[in-house]
Parts: sequence; C-alpha cells; structure tokens
Amino acid sequence: MTRQTLLENVYLTHMPSEKFKTSFLSAQMAVPLLAETAGLNALLVNVLSRGTARLPDMAALGRELDLLYGAQLEPAVRKMGENQLFGFMASCIDDRFLPGGERLLEPLTELLGDMFCRPAVQDGGLNGDYVDSERENLVDLIRSDINDKRLYAARRLMETMCAGEPYGVGRMGRAGDVERITRQELSGHYRSVLSRGRLELFYCGSAPEDRVADAFRRAFAGLPRQGLLEPAVTTRRAAPASCRVVEEAMDVTQGKLCMGFRTDSGDVPATMLMNAMFGGEVTSKLFLNVREKLSLCYYVSSSFHRRKGLITVYSGIEFENCDRAVAEISAQLEDLKNGRWEDWELQGARSSLISSLRSTEDSAGAIESFVMGQAAAGGSETIPGLLEEVRAVTPDRIREAAAAVKPDTIYFLKGKEAIA
Amino acid sequence: MKTLEYPRLGEKVFRETLSSGLEVVVVSKPSHAKHYAFFAVRYGGMDMRFQLGGRWQDTPAGIAHYLEHKMFDTEEGNVLQELAKNGAADNAFTSSSMTAYYIQCTEKFYENLRILLSFVSVPYFTQESVDKEQGIIAQEIRMIEDEPDWQVYANLMKCLYRDSPVRVPVVGSIESIRRITPQVLYDCHRAFYTPSNMVLVCVGAMDPEKVVRKAEEILPKESGPAILRDYGAEEALLPAKREARLSMEVSMPMFLAGYKCPPLAGGEELLRQSIVGDMACDVLFGESSPLYTRLYGEGVINGSLGGNFDQLPGASYLYVGGDVKDPDRVFAEISAQARKLGTEGISESFYQQIRRATYGQMVRSLNSFSNIAESVTDGYFRSYDYYHFPEIFESVTKADVEEFLRENITEDRAAVSRIDPL
Repeated sequence: MTRQTLLENVYLTHMPSEKFKTSFLSAQMAVPLLAETAGLNALLVNVLSRGTARLPDMAALGRELDLLYGAQLEPAVRKMGENQLFGFMASCIDDRFLPGGERLLEPLTELLGDMFCRPAVQDGGLNGDYVDSERENLVDLIRSDINDKRLYAARRLMETMCAGEPYGVGRMGRAGDVERITRQELSGHYRSVLSRGRLELFYCGSAPEDRVADAFRRAFAGLPRQGLLEPAVTTRRAAPASCRVVEEAMDVTQGKLCMGFRTDSGDVPATMLMNAMFGGEVTSKLFLNVREKLSLCYYVSSSFHRRKGLITVYSGIEFENCDRAVAEISAQLEDLKNGRWEDWELQGARSSLISSLRSTEDSAGAIESFVMGQAAAGGSETIPGLLEEVRAVTPDRIREAAAAVKPDTIYFLKGKEAIA
Repeated sequence: MKTLEYPRLGEKVFRETLSSGLEVVVVSKPSHAKHYAFFAVRYGGMDMRFQLGGRWQDTPAGIAHYLEHKMFDTEEGNVLQELAKNGAADNAFTSSSMTAYYIQCTEKFYENLRILLSFVSVPYFTQESVDKEQGIIAQEIRMIEDEPDWQVYANLMKCLYRDSPVRVPVVGSIESIRRITPQVLYDCHRAFYTPSNMVLVCVGAMDPEKVVRKAEEILPKESGPAILRDYGAEEALLPAKREARLSMEVSMPMFLAGYKCPPLAGGEELLRQSIVGDMACDVLFGESSPLYTRLYGEGVINGSLGGNFDQLPGASYLYVGGDVKDPDRVFAEISAQARKLGTEGISESFYQQIRRATYGQMVRSLNSFSNIAESVTDGYFRSYDYYHFPEIFESVTKADVEEFLRENITEDRAAVSRIDPL
C-alpha cells in the first residue's frame, strides 16, 4: 500500500490487490467537524450526487453506471475522530473480468471527478430543484433516528457528554440548521470547501499505481486549490469529578440505558482488548453476566472510540432495572480493573479481536475505512502493526487500561408513565 | 476429487461426493485471511409433510426453524461460546427450502469446522430445553409480527397461493410451535439431516483434502433412505386472492405486488429463468429504468421501490413494492409498463445497457463468501452448476425478457398486499 501527494493537499492511497472481483474507488473531503458546517457538507454531497454537467439527471447517470457494467457510486458522510469525511465511494468490475477487455477505471474515475468539480448547475449556482428535494430528504433522515430509540439514545448520550466539543456534533449536522440552508449559501459553501478542503483519494484493485494516479490526476485536474483547510487534531478531555446523569421520558415500552466513560490511557491495543473483554463480543462480561446470568438487559454491548478516548455502553432494559443495571455494568469494569477474569475470557477476546482485524484486509470497504481514519487523524497505524501489538498485550496492561476508564455521563430514556 | 476451473470468473473449485452421499465443495480463495464454512440441509419451512418409515408424517408449521434453534444445544452445553473462544463467528438461518449453519474465522479453521460438523449432526434435545425454546421463539414470532416488512410479504404469499406450503411462514405460529416435542424434532433430524440431503461448502484458503477428511471422520458413514416430500399438486397461475390489507404503525402506506409465474423443476433452465426474471425486474422498475426515473422525478416513489424474482420448489413469483403514498397508482403504472414492454418491445439500446449491468452484478456478487456459498448450495440442491452463469447469461435474448414480461407480468396473475397507517 502506498500514499502519494497528487496535488496540493490532495493525497492518493493505492492498495494493489487481485483478491476482489471489483475495483474500489473513493474520494473524500476530510475537514474539521464543526456545528456550523456539518449540515452544509452533508447536504452538499447529496446534491452533488444527483447529476453532473455531462450527466445532469438520474436517468443519464443511471445509464452511464449501467454501461460501466453495473458500476456503483454512492454518496457518503462520516465522522472520524473530530473530522467530517464526505464524498463518494465507487466500485466497478475489475478489468480482468470484463468480457470485451474494456477498461472501466478511467471512465469511473472521471465520473468521480465530475461529481466534485463539474456538477449540474443552474444560474451560476447548484441546481435549485436538487437542493430543495435533497434538503427535505436529509432533514427527514436526521429526524428519523427517533424511529429507532437505540440510535436516538446513543445520539443523546454523545450530545450530552461531548457538549461544546466537536465530537458531540452529529455526522450530518442538526435538522434545524439544514432546514435553513439556501441554494445561494450552499453554492458559496461548495466553492469554498472545494478549493480549501483536504481531499483523500483511495483505490483498491488490480491496476498499477501509475495508471491509477494518472486517472485521478486527469479527473481532478479542474479542482481549484486556494487556501488550506487541514483536518483537525482530535482532543481528549478528562471525565468530570462526579458522573453526570441525564434522564428523558418518551412513549416507549423498553428503557434505553447509555453510559459514557473517558480514558486517558495512551495504550490503545490494551484498551481495545480490555473493551473486547468488557462488552465488545458475545464472550464478554457484559453479555455473559449482565444479560445471560442476571437477565437485566435485552441487549448490552460496549464500544471503544479509540481516537477520542471514549467507551460507550448501550443497553435496553426494563425501566425499574436502571439502578441495578448501572451497578452491574460498573461492577464488570471493576472486575477488569482488579484482574478478575478467567483465562478463556482473555483468550476469546484476543482471538475475536485478531480475527476481526485480519478480516479487515478481506474487504476493500473495510480497508478504505481504516485508511481514511488514519488519513484524517494523521496516524501511522497499520493492520499488521496493530495485530502484533494486540498479540503482545499482557494482563497487567489490561488491568491498567481498565483502571484508566472513568465514568462521565449516564443517559436514561424511560417511559412516560415512569415519571408520572 | 474433481478440480474445476472457471477462467472467465477467476475461480477454482474442488468438488467431491463422499461415499455417504454428502457433497463437499471447496471454493479456493488463496489470498484471503477469512475462512468460511457453510453446512446446509435441503430442508426448510415448506417441508412439513414427508414420508418416514413408509408412512406420511404431518409436522407442525415452523418445525425446521425450531430445529435449527435447538441444534446449537449439545450435551456439553452451548456451542456458541465454544466457537467464540476460538475467535469464530457463527450463525444459522432457515428459509422456505433450506436450513444452513455457517462459521467464519481466521484461525483454528479445522477445529472450528469439527465443531460445526459435530453440532449439526448430533441432535440433543430434552423436554426442558424444548419447553424453554417455546418462549424464546414465541417472542421472536411476536417481534416479527410487529414488522410491517414481514407482514406485507406474509400476506402477499397467502394471496398468491391457495395450498402450496410456501404460503405458511417459515417461523410457524405461536399455536403451531406448541405442538413441537423432542420426539418430532428427533424424527425430523433423522429424516432430513442425512448426508445425501446435505452439502458442505467451504470458501477460503483451506486444504480441500483436509476438509474432506474431517467430513468423513465426523459425519455418519451412510445416508438414510431418500426422502419423499409432499408440496401438494401444482397450482393454477391465478392467485387465490387479489388483495390483502392491514393497518399498522407505519408513517406511509407500504405495498408489495406479486405476479405468479410457472415454476420450473430444476437444472440449468432454472438458472436461465432466474437471469431472465432478474433482467425483467431491472428493465421494468430498476433504478435506471424509464418508469423508475419518471416516478421518482414526479415524487410518486422514493428510493424504497424495489423487487425481485424468486423461484422456490413448486412456486415462482416476481414481486415489487415499497413505501409509497399511492400504492394503487404505482401498481397500475408497473402493470401498464410491463404490458407496454411486452407488446411494443424493449428498446435495443436500453436492453444492452441492462444486459451489461446484470452481468456486472452477477460477477460482483462473487465478492461475498456468503453469496457464493448460498448460490453454490442452491445450485447443488436444484441440479445446476452456478458457476456456469456467464455461458447461460450469453444465451439469454431480448425476446426472452419480453416474453417473460408479456406472459407473466399481467394483472390477472397479480395480487397486492398493502399496509396502511392506523
């Protein structure tokens, strides 16, 4: 895998592989995640996806993709650390499997370049119909997390715990902000972010680096480059002296308990493994003890946000079990801190973690996500490197990683009757 | 052992039929870290009536799915944690015509394969564990009955079919599963989980000889008698009922229209028909089709409109649906467009466009280990080699797709299931 500078503040990562039937391409702007611009960027990429100057509507775009043997091109908006990544992911059948010996890399790369640099325009700005309909779709999408109370509760925990920090901003921004975006404002933002933003390009497939670099260089030749907007460095904060508790009530039948913790440990591999033992897997303590043994939860699991140094626990519980669940979840963490586990727990967690890291290289999409995460963070981790580090983690380091985890915020979504 | 090479697809496959009758297939993926094993039984929700020991047995609806759940119990405990300790992920599913168990791992593959083959071939049920499962599956049934997607499909099948067992949901009902006992489970396991009615498909960098040796070592040496199944007489192509309506907590009406098609028994003709049916879907309502782009532009449909062509034993149908404000209008537009394409023909340039996209999608699906395993298994159970699709695809013509639309996608073959907001 190699990485090169293609233009000013434009980088290309090339991953040579003949494992897949398809080639995978990605073009992502990586900019600091800010409340003021998150919605603009999310709306922008959806508007751009509707058509280009050459292929101005869905039918023309669809025909082009069909003719490229069913190529796929999708908009994407992601949060990685305290950066927002937005752009397009595309894939097409690898040249080796095309019946007529055609070459698809060049036309698909050109289309990616068109998406960013040559959009469908109207009166010197972005197409007004597309702005109107995608604004409505995006507002509906942001608001639809209320349909899934798990997502809603997870968002509320993050907003509360990271209030005032960029990490507390949702990846698509706030519905109320998106609602007020005008065509003019979006067109101006497009020009500004296009010329300043860091652009990360990615290719995984059988084509050699020179051919890929040439194709991308041609496709993005028209990209304006003025000023420089670099990705942000993700900052960490200490947990408050006493844990914050937030409760909300809605018309729900099952309660949602979310707990947020912070860690100041710099030992990432040990914290990853500690989290796998805590709640990251079906063999983990939360699943086996809090769910299976005590039947306190319908589901419970934990995630480690390694760039930000957070651990979150999500669970679904009966309203009256909230205090007991909090106590039991905390007790499992305490056990890790004190080295109370059986050998197979560590062994199973380590095997699962190694297996999921190794499987990353079996999916072009998973490789892309890893690469983009590194690019946005300015990190130099590699999968083989992480694997070695995970293999070398000792029980002492797991205990230390657990000891560095401090409670920050508890969010509980309960039923309406429960507070009446 | 046979070695089969498919140069157009860049695939290499090893196959061997063991003396017990078990088919073993290894799809070679030498540079992947992931190892995948898929162990399938030709036994699904449809197989409720069959012969055992010369006598016809009628078993409760939902039995195949119930059996799948219970196979994870062993005399030593539950295999899930045993596999998880080795870093393996595992799961299972039951469809109308198949039950499949699969594992995925990057280390200790042969050890994990041994666990998979053992727990699927050795039944262990007690009255207590069967009783406990009643509650768990009853909860699963209640949960899916709350899902509008599931309801709209289940109701469509009841409209399309009069007697065929495809009209009965794979999970059964809370009433039907109450009649399940350890003895019925043992009987069904004995009848269906027999080597000649199963296939083991492995995908990855494993050694095919070693896979065969594991299978020979762990699995029964002989098969039970061939299974006679009863799916009832073949049905007329007119649906049993034209429409089903239900009201649920949904934000917008939801509909699913089905068009009944003549079922095929098996062989490569079945694969050919599935390619024709898939192309008919793309031509009629695919995302780049004239109908889809027009209705999307007019705000009549959103991105949720979609459908597929399904071929089950004795039952074949094309379905299409989504969340739309006016289901009657969308159904009428689809039927009218099918009539137009069937009689006036598909434009040559549009056909060539869809043809390329279809081929690309088939090749793309070979990226997924689970797609490969399911397609190979379905091909084995229904007597064709899935990897022949490039050749079969070439034999499909524009006239085939037009004829398919003209003959099958007509209003007299159709039923509509819809869910309206409360």
